[in-house]
Amino acid sequence: MAEFLQFTSSGLTVGAVYALVALGFTLIFNASGVVNFAQGEFVMLGGMGTVFAAAAGVPLPLAALLAVALAVVAGLLLDGLAIRPARQAGPIVLIIITIGAALVIRGLAQVFFDKEFHKLPGFSGDASIHIGGAAVLPQTFWVLAGTLAIFSGMWWFMTRTMTGKALRATAANRLAAELVGIDTRLVTTLAFAVSAGIGAVAGILITPITLTNYDIGTMLALKAFVASVLGGMGNPIGAVVGGLLLGLLEAFAAGYLSSSYKDAAAIVVLLLVLFAMPSGLFGSKSVERV
Amino acid sequence: MLARLGPPAAIAAVILLAPLLFQSGYHFRIGALVWINALAVIGLNVLMGLAGQVSLGHAGFFGIGAYAAAVLPARYGLHPLAATAAGAVLCAAVAFTVGRPILRLKGHYLAVATLGLGMLVAMVLTNEVWLTGGPDGMPAPRPDLGGWRISGPETWYWISGTVLVLGVLLAQNLRISPAGLALGALHDSEVAAGTLGVDVARSKLVAFVVSAVYGSVAGSMLAFLNGHVTPDRAGFLQSIEFVTMAVLGGLGSMIGSVAGAAVLVVIPQVLTFFHEYEHLMLGVLVILIMVLLPSGVVPALSSLLARRRKE
Amino acid sequence: MNLLQVEDIAVSFGGVRALDGVGFTIAEGLIFSIIGPNGAGKTTLFNVLTGLNRPSHGRVRFRGSEVTGAPPHRLAAIGISRTFQNLQIFPRMTALDNVRVGRHLQERTGALRGMLRPPGTAAAEELSRRTALELLDRVGLANVADKPAGGLAYGIMKRLEIARALASGPKLLLLDEPAAGCNPAETAEIDRLLLALKRDGVTLALVEHDMKLVMGVSDRVLVLVEGKVLVESEPQAVRLDSRVVEAYLGSAHAGGGA
Repeated sequence: MAEFLQFTSSGLTVGAVYALVALGFTLIFNASGVVNFAQGEFVMLGGMGTVFAAAAGVPLPLAALLAVALAVVAGLLLDGLAIRPARQAGPIVLIIITIGAALVIRGLAQVFFDKEFHKLPGFSGDASIHIGGAAVLPQTFWVLAGTLAIFSGMWWFMTRTMTGKALRATAANRLAAELVGIDTRLVTTLAFAVSAGIGAVAGILITPITLTNYDIGTMLALKAFVASVLGGMGNPIGAVVGGLLLGLLEAFAAGYLSSSYKDAAAIVVLLLVLFAMPSGLFGSKSVERV
Repeated sequence: MLARLGPPAAIAAVILLAPLLFQSGYHFRIGALVWINALAVIGLNVLMGLAGQVSLGHAGFFGIGAYAAAVLPARYGLHPLAATAAGAVLCAAVAFTVGRPILRLKGHYLAVATLGLGMLVAMVLTNEVWLTGGPDGMPAPRPDLGGWRISGPETWYWISGTVLVLGVLLAQNLRISPAGLALGALHDSEVAAGTLGVDVARSKLVAFVVSAVYGSVAGSMLAFLNGHVTPDRAGFLQSIEFVTMAVLGGLGSMIGSVAGAAVLVVIPQVLTFFHEYEHLMLGVLVILIMVLLPSGVVPALSSLLARRRKE
Repeated sequence: MNLLQVEDIAVSFGGVRALDGVGFTIAEGLIFSIIGPNGAGKTTLFNVLTGLNRPSHGRVRFRGSEVTGAPPHRLAAIGISRTFQNLQIFPRMTALDNVRVGRHLQERTGALRGMLRPPGTAAAEELSRRTALELLDRVGLANVADKPAGGLAYGIMKRLEIARALASGPKLLLLDEPAAGCNPAETAEIDRLLLALKRDGVTLALVEHDMKLVMGVSDRVLVLVEGKVLVESEPQAVRLDSRVVEAYLGSAHAGGGA
């Protein structure tokens, strides 16, 4: 039982991060149709940026803010320099472009930061709390609360603000949105910025628990995709549910099967879901017209 | 006749003449690396260029081929050449097994599923330390043939060059055959191909198996050339490099595949002092190629030439 | 003899009934036309007959054996081929190669055979090329054989699709609006082509809006309205049927529908 609780808590913690990355991923996918493989790099920038700003003597909250700003700038540059010039390209070319962008961000991080693993102190200390025999880090609650806050904020933004509604309109039908006067380019840019910010926050929240280095982005991006597919591409609630599910599944696979194959679990799930339900758990079936 | 034999003849000519410029064994080694990568890219091009199905996991087969050439002789005493064949059979079997459900997917789903497949192979190669030596890899034997030990970059230059020409010839034959026409047809319209009697799922599967075998043979040759294999060869970055080579040269172009491989193999060698910037360089290259030349260098050049000629 | 029997076919898309209890038979050697207002389900019916849509109910028999839900390539193999309303040519291939793809079922299509080119390959290629050229000539397109199909004019692409479908050696050929977008001269050519094909023993099913063409060539006409069969009879009888007139006028009145 204690073991089960332990796996559940670590699964939910990691799952919350996947959920946030998947949420940002969905945001960009909806606004622009781009499958963004650089999404994981925003998480890396959030964690590494905070670590290095803090090491340079910047107080932690300010360091975190700087790191978020760094990720947002990276997101804007990605949109402006790589995605926008290739707007007309097909989905595959766009995926490869984002992979290229991920390599650039990673390469820069490797040069300007370093190749070591880094850790941040827990926001409320690093002493475990014991719940039902499971040792839980206080940071876990920060992660869960942060995820909830961001998700609620996004919910409010998407349903209550004009900009959020413009974003949803763009996702539903880009051309129609343009016809009613929505600046879809601006919406896309905004999506990249917000999505990068969310990724960076996720990175800052999780670094006290899982460590970070320049190289964590690829797996995170892949997992965000898995979470999104699980939840049905383009569905933000699905992305969050899919992220949490994936985190739990991984924690249990690592705990009960083999820890060296916990990343493989995500891929196996992805393949099985795609084989069985090509449109995801909550996705709608598309009909090809002839 | 010219359309069929032109590309393999042109590539053979380059392979024969390039050594005139070489000054050291190192140059032969780079040449061999280009031919080996080109062979893998030719295979990828059967899938991507001809049949129009993307794969971001091609390196998985490259890695299986490389490890087959290293593991089977070392652990089971197989002759390295038999190990190469066994690797190709294994890749064909893997592709055959997972190909049908994977190739039912389209667009970004197909891209990510193939990417996942390749990563899965890399993970197995990294984690099964007892078999593969883990993240540091393992040595690969130098094959010998009737007492003659095949080693040295110059020898492998000629062997890999010969295999490449053979590979181009076979791929070129396939392209103009009824099977190749069917692949081109489903690339353009799956429904129309189906109503004309093309078994679309089966044709895609065949293309996938062919591409896997090319990848595997190329991987085995890399193992022999280097005398060492590492799981990186099956990894995500290697897959992206293959796709970039294919797109850079121009999807569907044989000569383009070789040119793409040459550019991506030679540039990092020339810029070795940039070793720290390897990721950065590859990333910038990928973005530039995809943004500026999404249809590839060779087709862009040939259409430019055609326009010149008309004027 | 009946070539095709359709019994009580139903197809729904997300709750919308595209076809509802459709049944008819096509006798061998005839030209059978299907007409009806836009959105009546004509193309969906063709999609069912060629295996692109699966019916939720009903059966299709071809030459006496049940083929309901069989995949397109299997239906092509037993002799059902088609053209498309919205053109599905292979734009990156030459017109000749488009037709050669149509010969897929007549060729030896193994990939290994293709790669190794065993003796006799060149002769087989030559035969394939010649037959394809003859088919192109038949629809009057021998002059564009080596042009990329993607750059051809619309009316030419329509005829290229017919040549390509003929190459598969169909017993039943389904033509989805062959005269759409064609000028009167081209339509007259298609008219002649249809009758010539009939003489050769190919059974034709035709979806077409050009009433002059339909009434001129058809042996039987089926009127489909809102997914249901309204009438099926000889052209003359259909022309005079008051329900048909009403269906067309009614739909014109309502703006045509989707």
